[in-house]
Amino acid sequence: MSAPIQTISGAAPIFYVVDEHDHPPGGSTMLGFWLYLMSDCLIFAMLFATFGVLGTSYAAGPGPKDLFDLKLVAINTAMLLFSSITYGFAMLEMMKGRVKSTQMWLAITGLFGLAFLCIELYEFHHMIHEGAGPWRSAFLSSFFTLVGTHGLHVTFGIIWLVTLMVQVAKFGLIEANQRRLMCLSMFWHFLDVVWIGVFTFVYLMGVLR
Amino acid sequence: MSADAHASHGHDDAHGHGHDDGRDHGSFKSYMTGFILSVILTAIPFWLVMTGAIENKNWTIAIVVAFAMVQIVVHMIYFLHMNTTSDAGWTMMALIFTVIVVVIALSGSLWVMYHLNVNMMPVHDMRNMP
Repeated sequence: MSAPIQTISGAAPIFYVVDEHDHPPGGSTMLGFWLYLMSDCLIFAMLFATFGVLGTSYAAGPGPKDLFDLKLVAINTAMLLFSSITYGFAMLEMMKGRVKSTQMWLAITGLFGLAFLCIELYEFHHMIHEGAGPWRSAFLSSFFTLVGTHGLHVTFGIIWLVTLMVQVAKFGLIEANQRRLMCLSMFWHFLDVVWIGVFTFVYLMGVLR
Repeated sequence: MSADAHASHGHDDAHGHGHDDGRDHGSFKSYMTGFILSVILTAIPFWLVMTGAIENKNWTIAIVVAFAMVQIVVHMIYFLHMNTTSDAGWTMMALIFTVIVVVIALSGSLWVMYHLNVNMMPVHDMRNMP
């Protein structure tokens, strides 16, 4: 980058540790990805705070009791929980180096994720059809923003999952793919953690209110 | 670990794996434990709210929130494999920092906005409108 600066004694100062030990490629990826998830967590925290503030401003429109179908939410929660455990099984198979069963569990995870998305889209469609879209009230604006952001995350998670399945099919369970699968594992489980907050604070407490 | 130059760095890279930094990858047993605990911790709040088993709403809310908190911890431990040793504790540090920021942001927003609503809203109460 720049020419070495000569000190008075004539010896070039050392700006970095010359004998640095090897960092394996991707050695810090997991920590970096964890930091990303934590920043994502802050996004969701802000959306939760917004919902907490605006969640009772119905503008004389429909409230949670009129709109939420807890049976549907329970099924949705089950889908996400099942997808979490099947991803866990995929990780266990990956550790054993079994490509086929890893792919199978990943596919099942993707299907559960897709089921979750379909149910959520059905719910959104149903609400918008009844005139309870995000424009109706501050409550619905914050609801659609929070739950929709989570749904978008799941969507991108599924796209990522399919991408990784193609990668694994092409290159096998090489170290890079294992690392990617572990990142997606954290992402997927993190989304499930966010969903705990959603079903508790948005749906259950909304219906109780 | 062999007594080579690496020992002086205090870095345990002897296994040759890029991901071996004190991380726990879980086992079948730990995943199943987490799953079963999650199912129980999800089913009870849904059952409480859907059947209205407890008359007092505030108690129901308190129990539901408590279950959610426990379930988040369960997910952190059994699914996200949080521990204090992975990446020399930096994942835990990042988590603690995030939790502190989240608590400040959430409680601060709710507190300030609640008081704004109470002190500055017009007299009529929108919540009682149809």
